Amino acid sequence: MLKTFADYFVFQVVGLDAKSRLGGALDFFVYDTVKIFLLLTTIVYVVAVIRSYFSPERTRRILSHNREYVGNVLAALLGIVTPFCSCSAVPLFIGFVESGIPLGVTFSFLVSSPMVNEVALIMLWGLFGWKIALTYVGSGVVVAIVAGMVIGRLRMERHVQDYVWEIKVGAAEMQEQTFREKLDYAAGYTVGLLKKIWPYVIIGIGLGAFIHGYAPEDLLVRYAGRDNPLAVPLAVLIGVPLYSNAAGIVPVVQALMEKGLPIGTVLAFMMAVTALSLPEAVILKNVLKTRLLATFFGIVAAAIVIVGYLFNAIL
Amino acid sequence: MKIEVLGTGCAKCKTLYENTKKAVEETGTAAEVLKVEDIPSIMKYGVMSTPALVIDGQVKFSGKVASVVEIMEMLS
Repeated sequence: MLKTFADYFVFQVVGLDAKSRLGGALDFFVYDTVKIFLLLTTIVYVVAVIRSYFSPERTRRILSHNREYVGNVLAALLGIVTPFCSCSAVPLFIGFVESGIPLGVTFSFLVSSPMVNEVALIMLWGLFGWKIALTYVGSGVVVAIVAGMVIGRLRMERHVQDYVWEIKVGAAEMQEQTFREKLDYAAGYTVGLLKKIWPYVIIGIGLGAFIHGYAPEDLLVRYAGRDNPLAVPLAVLIGVPLYSNAAGIVPVVQALMEKGLPIGTVLAFMMAVTALSLPEAVILKNVLKTRLLATFFGIVAAAIVIVGYLFNAIL
Repeated sequence: MKIEVLGTGCAKCKTLYENTKKAVEETGTAAEVLKVEDIPSIMKYGVMSTPALVIDGQVKFSGKVASVVEIMEMLS
């Protein structure tokens, strides 16, 4: 139905030729914009309601009863649903390690939370179908578990900033929200998020539309296609400084895949954008010494590259 | 009444601080509003998602920006 609307608008109302580059690009832009904003509004709201049941404080209580391995798996899964914005990374990190959650388990959470992003998940589902959406979640969780386990094994506790160990964390007595309050919170959150990310989404869709309409097929495939073994690490390197909202990157991803880039390369790019951001590194510098920070980035980057190669090989 | 806004200094934390000051003004409550930015003081309350609002030592909520109206309700 949306497709019909977009086609009607671009080819009848605006009167562009369906076979022209501009027509193709604009059709893609209108269709994706309408579809993505509809999806975003509905899904962000539903997710915000679900999330209101998983506060970081509750997650901490659950994780503090679990040691390594089981803890890593749980942390990676809880990372998907626990709300946490990057400006809370410092109190969250301190709260976790202070309550006795092993360092590696804390990292599993810190990796999975930004990487397995529910907005990205649902958008992938809407644009590519459930197989790719589940591939994204599954590989994100695996990267988080493995990265956390490796960091745990490296015994890097002394590379946490010293002051962290001296802070005493109090027991917060928080009032439980009523269901009505949860719904209000979710509505407020949805409006706030949409207000914040809409320019990224539009820019993302615009870029996607441009690639869709204008980028020559063979050029991209020649440089970043299946035959180039360096494409995956390169995609990760390009992704790191591109701090974008997952919502903005998915339309670009869609266009890149249409042009014939293999799924592993594209997933690796997307994961690098969301999980390895420079602003996050600056924030984490407050609690981690350089060596641990570099190790963290290195391990996550390596894990993402491996996932990229793996999916290029099997899909 | 002592009101503390806990937050490390991100945009959301500043918005909550402004909203809280407005709410105090609107209701005419005799309260001092403090912005708490240092990590040990934030952690003392066990809060892990910022911003958070503390009224007379009790954490009212964490991890969201409440509107002026919502805060006014909490003050009354």
